[in-house]
Amino acid sequence: MTPFPADWLLFLALAPFAAAFVAPWLVSRMGGAAGWVLAVVPALLFVFYAGLLPRVASGETLAFGVDWVPGLGVRFSHLIDGLSLTFALLITGIGTFIVIYAGGYLKGYAHQGRFMMFLLLFMGAMLGLVVADDLITLFVFYELTSITSFLLIGFDHKREAARRAAVQALVVTGGGGLALLAGLVLMRIASGETSVSELFASPDLLTESPFYVAIAVLVMLGAFTKSAQVPFHSWLPNAMEAPTPVSAYLHSATMVKAGVFVLMRFSPVLGDTSLWQTSLTVFGGLTLLTGVVLGMRQTDLKQILAYTTVASLGLLVMLTGVGTDYAIAGAVLYLVAHALFKGGLFMVAGAIDHETGTRDVRLLGGLLTKMPVTFVAAFLACLSMAGVPPLIGFVAKEVLYNGVWLGGGVSYATIVSLAGNGLMFAIAGVLLLPFFAKPGELPKAPHEAPLSLWIGPLVLSLVGLGSALVLDETLRSVVLPMANAVAGSAVETNIKLWPDSIKAPVVMTALTFALGGALFVVHRQLRARIGRGLEVIGWGPDLGFDQAMRGLVRGAFAITQITQPGRMGLYVSVVFAIVALALIIPPFFTGLPELRFVGEIPRPPHIAILLIALAGLVIVIRARTRLIAIVSLGIQGAMVALIFMIFGAPDLSFTQFMVETLSVVILTLVMTRLDLRADDRRPTKQAIRDGVTALACGVGFAFTLFVVVQGQFDPRLSEFFLKYSYDLAHGKNVVNVILVDFRALDTLGEIAVVMGAGLAILALVRIRPETKS
Amino acid sequence: MSTVIFRAIAPHLAALTFLFSVFVLLRGHNMPGGGFIGGLIAASALAIYGIAYGVEAVRKAVLIHPNTVAGIGLVMAALAGLAALFASKPFLTGLWFLPEVSGVKLPLSNVLVFDIGVYLVVVGSVASIALALEETE
Repeated sequence: MTPFPADWLLFLALAPFAAAFVAPWLVSRMGGAAGWVLAVVPALLFVFYAGLLPRVASGETLAFGVDWVPGLGVRFSHLIDGLSLTFALLITGIGTFIVIYAGGYLKGYAHQGRFMMFLLLFMGAMLGLVVADDLITLFVFYELTSITSFLLIGFDHKREAARRAAVQALVVTGGGGLALLAGLVLMRIASGETSVSELFASPDLLTESPFYVAIAVLVMLGAFTKSAQVPFHSWLPNAMEAPTPVSAYLHSATMVKAGVFVLMRFSPVLGDTSLWQTSLTVFGGLTLLTGVVLGMRQTDLKQILAYTTVASLGLLVMLTGVGTDYAIAGAVLYLVAHALFKGGLFMVAGAIDHETGTRDVRLLGGLLTKMPVTFVAAFLACLSMAGVPPLIGFVAKEVLYNGVWLGGGVSYATIVSLAGNGLMFAIAGVLLLPFFAKPGELPKAPHEAPLSLWIGPLVLSLVGLGSALVLDETLRSVVLPMANAVAGSAVETNIKLWPDSIKAPVVMTALTFALGGALFVVHRQLRARIGRGLEVIGWGPDLGFDQAMRGLVRGAFAITQITQPGRMGLYVSVVFAIVALALIIPPFFTGLPELRFVGEIPRPPHIAILLIALAGLVIVIRARTRLIAIVSLGIQGAMVALIFMIFGAPDLSFTQFMVETLSVVILTLVMTRLDLRADDRRPTKQAIRDGVTALACGVGFAFTLFVVVQGQFDPRLSEFFLKYSYDLAHGKNVVNVILVDFRALDTLGEIAVVMGAGLAILALVRIRPETKS
Repeated sequence: MSTVIFRAIAPHLAALTFLFSVFVLLRGHNMPGGGFIGGLIAASALAIYGIAYGVEAVRKAVLIHPNTVAGIGLVMAALAGLAALFASKPFLTGLWFLPEVSGVKLPLSNVLVFDIGVYLVVVGSVASIALALEETE
């Protein structure tokens, strides 16, 4: 590991956050054109990270950071290796075009500035996540991606579907995030290490720890929810409620890959066990199949893309689980290829929607001549998705076929990936229909999209082509460094664009094309079949989510019905009863206090004061009206204040007087507001219950006081305060010096509470009960 | 409650009480008193005035809404604490300036600002509760 001299580079990764905060202002000044300006930030970051490629490709790992919360051993630190660098390049590179695209796509839309802000905030979060070294830093940014994603999905917050999708995404990915947090904390406990790079230095620490199973399961739970693995997948298609730039960026290229990223990140220290390999392979494979089958059924372009994204994520998870050199290289290649073609296809879908007013593949057609540039982008992207040479998607598929084949011949992974890719091929065909089919009735007459809408998909598709044509360079500087980082050791592969001999992968590719072609021909019938099949099943995780949320609300309501019946008298009784129990029960375990008086013997003035206080209490109990009771309560309080005065606590006494006076005033005012009878008559049963509670409280406090006065007094604090009050704080009144200086933070908290309570009371007073008419 | 005697005496009593509350606030550092007690006394001054003349009169007299007063107080207290950061000391550390004004040493500090903040929060909150309760429908 090479120390990196310039720690300020850490803060470079936070640049998108800075851009986020000027975005609304910029948009208000320039409108949609602001996208071009804001895109400079990710573009520069891309250039910066690209500049690190040669160093990382030569096997260097850059790690640098500063202390963040030293007391907890948390650092803000970065680790740049092949994995994080590739992700950073995808995030900033695709991000550049997304920002431009969003500028054009949402032109003239209300709150475009806010949208740009959220988008850039997300970019910052995602970038922070992938370059994070410290485990807690990693978690913080991981959760930030969930939160910013919530804001983006729910951007059109006036539609219920958008709100539901946002909440679902937040609950699922945020909940998974908590599992990940638990996993990361356990990692720290089990290994004593606080960062990824430290864990890499001793890779067996976690797999040999007794917490291993818990850690692995928790990390997988976090990653599976984030990367939409079955059965948590349904939030991703629902997230298509978001504006298309969001779908293109978050829900294809970046955020949903955060889960895959986490699995890849920890693969060197958690992988290589049967638990890890089996879970990843099984869940990934199931997700791949679920995704393509459900995707086949959709007719909305974005929904089709969403389900194929689910499928692709499943494929990536499965390959990470298989874990052979070729499988990992295949996963890396496929991850890059998928980010390029899916990001592009989403933007194409948005452009088509923008220009024609619909995304329904059954209506769309004839766009080949109307939108030729968009077509070029879409065509290249679809070829890459279908795995047709000479695109990067083809290379990825060859390599991953090789990986699963070498991993175990005709196995679960081989069959699943074959079936999945076959369906993917067919779906890629469906996605090209809008350009070739006969058009239905379109809401708008289509014409070519503006530059800002086609530049992104076109560049991404061309990169998908170019990276395959200069495959050796792509492999050397991007793919192999990342594969090495995921495998934790140097992977050995021999990857060529054109296979030099006919082996299993070539055969499998031929099978894929044949299967895919056949499925494409019958895709209409297939769509109807799957639709009917799902109707028969009639239940899915998406419905399950609603049921779970409803159950949660019902459960909470039922509990609230018990704990909050809305009867003030009951609340007060419960509070005092619990106070009494809390005071009385502990002494029975710690030893009952001796009933012995200490200190000075009460003198006549003291006894007189006590008698007056007692008289006040008797009047309170026997008072005929509530008003008399309240005023008499003041007598008792005033007497207590007098006692404080006599025993040398003027401040306390002073305050007590004021509090008593104001209490009487305020209680009286409350009385006049409440619709109560003037007299306070209670049924005998209630009188006994209240009396017992009151007496128990009194006995409890007496117990406590006996314990306190009989205990050894520790004078260290008082001596400290008396000694330093004047020297340090220039004050002779120790009580006040403690309040405003020595323990000023307590006071600050208290006055905040006083104010909060004041506001709450004000709100309560203002509430008018609904008039019964 | 609003007898002629009470109404005649209430403004004077309230004014005196208010003055006294400021006195208590300022002497607090060396003698019994301080922001908290001062605030309570000031609140009772407002209560006296309110009982005699009604809520509207009090609202007119204080100019600013009591809640705003409390908010200003809280911000003042927090800012007084932040001042310590400029002297590279922990939050809420006391800072003292002891300038001599015409022969008298005048102890000034952010602690005093903090205490005034406490005073304002207490008077504002208590007064706003009392006023809200006193207000007739």
